[in-house]
Amino acid sequence: MEIIAFLIPVSIGLGLIGLIAFIWTLRTNQYDDPEGDAARILPDDWDNAPRPAPRKPAEK
Amino acid sequence: MSGWAQPTPAACPGCAVAGMAADPTSKTGSSSNETLLALPGIHCAGCIGGVERGLMALPDVTEARVNLSLKRVRIRHSAALSPEALIATLDAVGYEALPLDQASLSQTEMDRAGRDLLMRLGVAFFAMMNIMILSVAVWAGATDATRDIFHLVSAAIALPAVLFAGQPFFRAALRALRAGRLAMDVPISLAIILATGLSLYETFNGGEYAYFDAAVMLTFFLLGGRYLDHRSRAAARSAAQELSALEVPRAVRITRGTEESIDARDLAAGDHIRVLPGGRLPADGTITGGTSDLDRSLLTGESLPVSATIGMQVCTGEVNLSGPLIIKVSAAGPDTALAKMAALVAVAEEARGRYTSLADKAARAYAPLVHILAICAFFGWLWVSGGDGRLAINIAVTVLIITCPCALGLAVPAVVTAASGKLFRKGLLIKSGTALERLAQVDTVVFDKTGTLTIGLPGPKGLDAYSAEDLAITAGLVAGSAHPLARGMATALTVDPAQIDDLKEVPGQGIQGRWQGKTVRFGRAGWAGDAPERDETSAWLSVEGRAPVSFEFVDQLRPGAKELVAEIMAKGLKVQLLSGDLPGPVARIAGELGITDWQAQISPSGKVSQIEALTAAGANVLMVGDGLNDTGALARASVSISPATALDAARAASDIVLLGTDISPVADAITTAQKAVRRIKENFAISILYNIIAVPVALLGFATPLIAALAMSASSITVTLNALRLR
Repeated sequence: MEIIAFLIPVSIGLGLIGLIAFIWTLRTNQYDDPEGDAARILPDDWDNAPRPAPRKPAEK
Repeated sequence: MSGWAQPTPAACPGCAVAGMAADPTSKTGSSSNETLLALPGIHCAGCIGGVERGLMALPDVTEARVNLSLKRVRIRHSAALSPEALIATLDAVGYEALPLDQASLSQTEMDRAGRDLLMRLGVAFFAMMNIMILSVAVWAGATDATRDIFHLVSAAIALPAVLFAGQPFFRAALRALRAGRLAMDVPISLAIILATGLSLYETFNGGEYAYFDAAVMLTFFLLGGRYLDHRSRAAARSAAQELSALEVPRAVRITRGTEESIDARDLAAGDHIRVLPGGRLPADGTITGGTSDLDRSLLTGESLPVSATIGMQVCTGEVNLSGPLIIKVSAAGPDTALAKMAALVAVAEEARGRYTSLADKAARAYAPLVHILAICAFFGWLWVSGGDGRLAINIAVTVLIITCPCALGLAVPAVVTAASGKLFRKGLLIKSGTALERLAQVDTVVFDKTGTLTIGLPGPKGLDAYSAEDLAITAGLVAGSAHPLARGMATALTVDPAQIDDLKEVPGQGIQGRWQGKTVRFGRAGWAGDAPERDETSAWLSVEGRAPVSFEFVDQLRPGAKELVAEIMAKGLKVQLLSGDLPGPVARIAGELGITDWQAQISPSGKVSQIEALTAAGANVLMVGDGLNDTGALARASVSISPATALDAARAASDIVLLGTDISPVADAITTAQKAVRRIKENFAISILYNIIAVPVALLGFATPLIAALAMSASSITVTLNALRLR
């Protein structure tokens, strides 16, 4: 039964990792547009290369 | 309008003339601006791509990002680009866009309250799952030291989790108790606190049962309901409030020959102000210079403009159409007729605020019952067991946990979320939490005409009968005018406009220009035509050396209006049309839609008393209107809907805002509301049924943490699934 002393912290630790990951997604605004994120994987505009960084106003 | 005082960067002349150019003072002076637009029509990945590509094609746009869930786009662009130009661009690629008020957005965009709830929900979920793992071991038969260790570990997780995640309930319960009310939050908080407290006591005394899982599960499910409730309302309410008319109320004051642009609130009686064509009047007063036409449709419901001459009384909110006017202010700020009308609205809203929602009614019956049951259980068992306090408390707390309104807390929000989500996809924003319940009871629908059933823009009849040359000249003439007839003409014409030089607008008469060296005019019969003035609904085109031709105009129905009225009548609801317009046009529209019960030339207070009379006769009235003259009626009706193009005041007074141009979703709203209320009642029945089974078990002392967990999750999940049937 000593294995329990090891397993319980491991299982809670795994849960904590999940909780921390959730808090991170929350802090970085990843739940602002769930429908849009679901739809955005469909268009093939940026399949070959990532979308370039936003243009600077100066370089038109 | 101040936008005319300097070159407007608007790409589309129609937008600049339509009185929509942003006030230059609203620009912060930075080289990069951010604009938010509502996009009621978008719904798929293709729309996202279309909108973003269309905007990125403009050289001045640095970033465009669509939010499909909120149906809006955030655009970062250089200051040289105006919001109207962005709207025109989107219009050209086929997407309807509406401006959103930047100032009020900064708060809602972050949505602190929603994020806070979500964080607590996450913590509660983590705690629930981990405690459940340990609880399963206990249920499976762990005893003695092992069980005590598991209980201790559960306590270590549950205590901080409940303290953190349960705060929204504790705070609300405290507020309710201070106010002397017994809201749903009180039994919830009591159940959570007692379950945790009792479990702690049992854990340290080596007891058999600990309810940590129940306490955390309760918190999780109820937080879920709270979050759904918050999200569905916050998203809709904020968007409805943020829809702005793009117009900052500013005025051009003339003092000793010099002009200055000031805030309309700083105007005083006796000031002289200049109002340019396309501008909205910032104050009440008398015209002392200039001639023009005034569009009064939002105030009175009249579909056609009236001519304005020196000495005429004018009111705030009217739109100057064709020539600059000098106005001597007689009343400004809170003294204007418009502001007085707003006061009328405040009184009417208060009367409506007394509606009790189904959830409140349930809570009022439920909370005392639960507490009485728990107290009875305590004293009953104290008497039966001959003074065993620990047993009596155990059973009383179990009763509280099992009866805790888990399903009841989810019953309403889950349904409202599903229903508002469904309606939002159809372009309807639900602003008020109880709007759906009130909408479901509606038996009489009252419509306004101008701007609601009609699009407020008269369209020409039988264009096929005219020569292509005439149409091309007309198109060239009307392109730059703000007059409704000209705009209606411009919208209806699909031909390429002819090249017209020396274009100028003659106030109160029409538009004049030179085409291939000949003078061409489009306007009133007495000026451009050769016939005597017949009525306001015709305009003439004259070309030098040719007989003038006349165009007949009719009010155009809003798309979907016919289907809507037919559908509402098929449902067996009464339909009324109340308009401030003249009897002629009202009768024609009523006839076209098949409405038999109509009244014309009704004053704003007339509309209010009409609604009051209907309400007094026992009817539940749905008011659909857009103008200032409808605002009182919108606030007084038991539920109200206004289109997104309505005045701010009208939108603020209504419960539901219609985003698109098509009005037919209103019928869907009624159907969905009726279904939603049916689901809510079913959900109540489900949770009552669970209690009928579970309460006797708890009262008799047979309940264990396992039974509590099963009853709680089973009822919550059934209720949620039932709500999802609505989608």
